[in-house]
Amino acid sequence: MQRTSDQASDIKRWGAGALVFAALAVVGGMSNAYVISLLTIVLLLTFMGQSWNLMLGIGGQLSIGHALFVGIGAYAVAILNIKYGVTPWIGLLLGAVIAGFVGAVLAWLSFRFEVRGIYFALLTIAAAEFARIMFGGWDYVGGMQGLFYQAPSGAIDLGMLRGDARFYYFVALALAAIGVAGTELISRSYWGYVWRAMRDDDEAARALGVRTFRHKVLVVSISAATAAIGGGVLGLVQGAIFPDSIMGMAISVDVLIGPVVGGLGTAFGPLVGSMAAIPLHHAMGALGDALGLPGLNSVAYGAVLILVVWFLPDGIWPSIVRLYGAIQLPARGRIPQLRKVEE
Amino acid sequence: MLSLWLNVIAGGVLIGLVYGLVALGLTIIFGVMRVVNFAHGEMVVFGIYIGYWTVRIWDVPIVLAAAIAAVVMFVFGYLLETLVVKRFVNRPHHYQFIVFIGLSLLFSGVLLMSFGPDPRPTASQLSFQTVSVGPLTLDWARIQAAATAGLLIAALGAYLKYSAFGRSLRGAANNRLGGLVVGLNIPRVYAVTFGIGTACAGVAGALISPLFDAQPYLAVDFTLLAFVTVIVGGLGSFGGALLGGLTIGVAEAIAALMFTPSMKTALPYALLIIILIFRPRGFFGAKDI
Repeated sequence: MQRTSDQASDIKRWGAGALVFAALAVVGGMSNAYVISLLTIVLLLTFMGQSWNLMLGIGGQLSIGHALFVGIGAYAVAILNIKYGVTPWIGLLLGAVIAGFVGAVLAWLSFRFEVRGIYFALLTIAAAEFARIMFGGWDYVGGMQGLFYQAPSGAIDLGMLRGDARFYYFVALALAAIGVAGTELISRSYWGYVWRAMRDDDEAARALGVRTFRHKVLVVSISAATAAIGGGVLGLVQGAIFPDSIMGMAISVDVLIGPVVGGLGTAFGPLVGSMAAIPLHHAMGALGDALGLPGLNSVAYGAVLILVVWFLPDGIWPSIVRLYGAIQLPARGRIPQLRKVEE
Repeated sequence: MLSLWLNVIAGGVLIGLVYGLVALGLTIIFGVMRVVNFAHGEMVVFGIYIGYWTVRIWDVPIVLAAAIAAVVMFVFGYLLETLVVKRFVNRPHHYQFIVFIGLSLLFSGVLLMSFGPDPRPTASQLSFQTVSVGPLTLDWARIQAAATAGLLIAALGAYLKYSAFGRSLRGAANNRLGGLVVGLNIPRVYAVTFGIGTACAGVAGALISPLFDAQPYLAVDFTLLAFVTVIVGGLGSFGGALLGGLTIGVAEAIAALMFTPSMKTALPYALLIIILIFRPRGFFGAKDI
C-alpha cells in the first residue's frame, strides 16, 4: 500500500516537472528577445543554484564563493575556444574537471584540518576573491580587459555550441532540466542519504560507519564541477568574460539566491527561487536606472534575502507545496535547525 | 633603503591599529552573540562617509568626526540589532550568514543610491600633512587615526574588563544560559554589544576618511579585510584582533613595496587561505563554531 502511494506521488512529481519544462520550452518558442535573454540567465542560474543547493541543501557545506568554480568553467571554455579554436564541449569537460579538482583540494585541506561551518564559507570566498584578483592581473587571459568570443553568425552549430539567443535558451533549459532531475535522483540515491545524514549530524553518521570526510570532499567536488559547466555556458551566452563579473561576489550571490528563496535542499526550489528573484533584480535594476538610483537592485536583493529567511526560512517552494498539499514534500526536503553550540 | 623599509613598516603599524579597531568590532559581536556580521564593511563605509561629510561641511577635526561617527553608528547598530538581527540570533549559522549577506547588499545599495558610484576624494587638508621623526616621515592623518584607534582599543578593553556592563557582557559571552539564570538582561546586552561593534567600525571608517576616497564599493573589501584580520588573530579574541590588525597592516604595506599593487589587494586573501588551512583558530582563538 505504502509502495503504491509512493509510486503515485513519484508519477505526480516527475509529471509536474516534465509539464513545467514543456511549458518553458513553449515559452522559449514564442517569447521576444528580451524575455528569452532574461530567462536564459534565470535557467543557467537555476542549474548553478542546483549545484550550490547540492552542497548546502543536501551536503550541509556552505559556500559563498561559488563564483570561483563558475569562473574556472567560464575561463576554461573561453581560453580553449578563443585562443585555440577548440570546441566548447572539451572546454566544459576540462573546466568541470579542473573545478572539481580545485573544489576537492579546498575541501580536503579544510576538512582535514577541521575547518568547518563559517570558517569553510570564509575559505571559499577568500579563494574566489584571490582567484579573481589573480585572473585580473594575468595578461595571458586578458587581465581586467577580459576575453571576447567572436560575434556569433547566428547559424546553429551544435558541435561548437554556437547559435542565436534562442539556441542558448534551449541549452540553458536542458541544463536546468538536468539540474532539477539530477538533484532529485542524487537526493534519493545512496549518496543522497549519506549526505543528508552527515548534514544533519556528522558524528551520528560517522558512528553508523559513514566516512563523512571523503563524502564531504565528494559533495564539494561534484558541486564545483557542475557549477563550472554552468559557468562555461554563461560565458558563451554573455559573449565576453571579465574577472570582476564572472568571478565576483555578485555571481556568488546570484547563484545562492535561487535555492535560498526557492527552498534549500529541494529539487524545484532553485528553479522557483531563480524565477522569482532574478527577474526582480533585473526589473529593479532597470527601474533604478530610470529613476537615477543605481543601487535599487542591490537593495531589492538584500530585502528579499532577509525577508525570506525571516518569514519563509524553508523557502517559497515548500510553502507552496504545503499550501496546496498537491505533492507530499518528503521530510528530506527540509534542513532541520542545527543545534546551536553552547559552551 | 633601511629608512624606506622603516617608513613602510611604521605606516603599516599605524594603519594596522585602525584595522585592529575594525576587527575588534567584528570580534566583539561574534564573541558575545555568536553571529558573523558579514555587513561589517558597510559599517566602515558609513563611517567613512560620516567622516567625509562632517569634515567637508563643518570642517571639524578628524577626532571630533570620529566621535560623531561613534554616536551615530552606535545608535544605528543598537537599532539594527533590536529590529532585525535579534530575530536571527538563534538560527543556524548558514541562515544568519545569508541574512547578513542580505543586509550587506541592502546597505551597499542604499550607499549607492545616496552617494552614487563615483569616488569622492577627501576634502581634508589633513591628507597632505606629514610629520618627520628621525628617519621616519609619516602622514599626520595616519598618526591621528592610529593614536585614536589605539586609545579606543585600550579604553574599550578596560571598560569591558572593569565595568559592570563589561562583566555582564563577558558573562553573556561565556555562557548565555547561565547569564539568563542569574538575571542578565541578555537582549539589552546583545543590542549594546552590536552597537559597540558597529561603532568600532564606524569610528575606524571616520578615522581613515582622510586616507581613502569615499566610495560604496569599498565595503566588500573592508568586510573581508575585517574577517582576515579577525581570523589571523582568532575569532572571538580581543588581543587577537589587535595583533591581527598589526600583522595585516604591516604585511599589506610590505607587499605593496615588494610586489605589484594587485598583489597588495590579493595578499589578505592569500593570508586568510593559508591561515585557515594551517592554523584555523588563529593565534588566540580557541572557541569552536
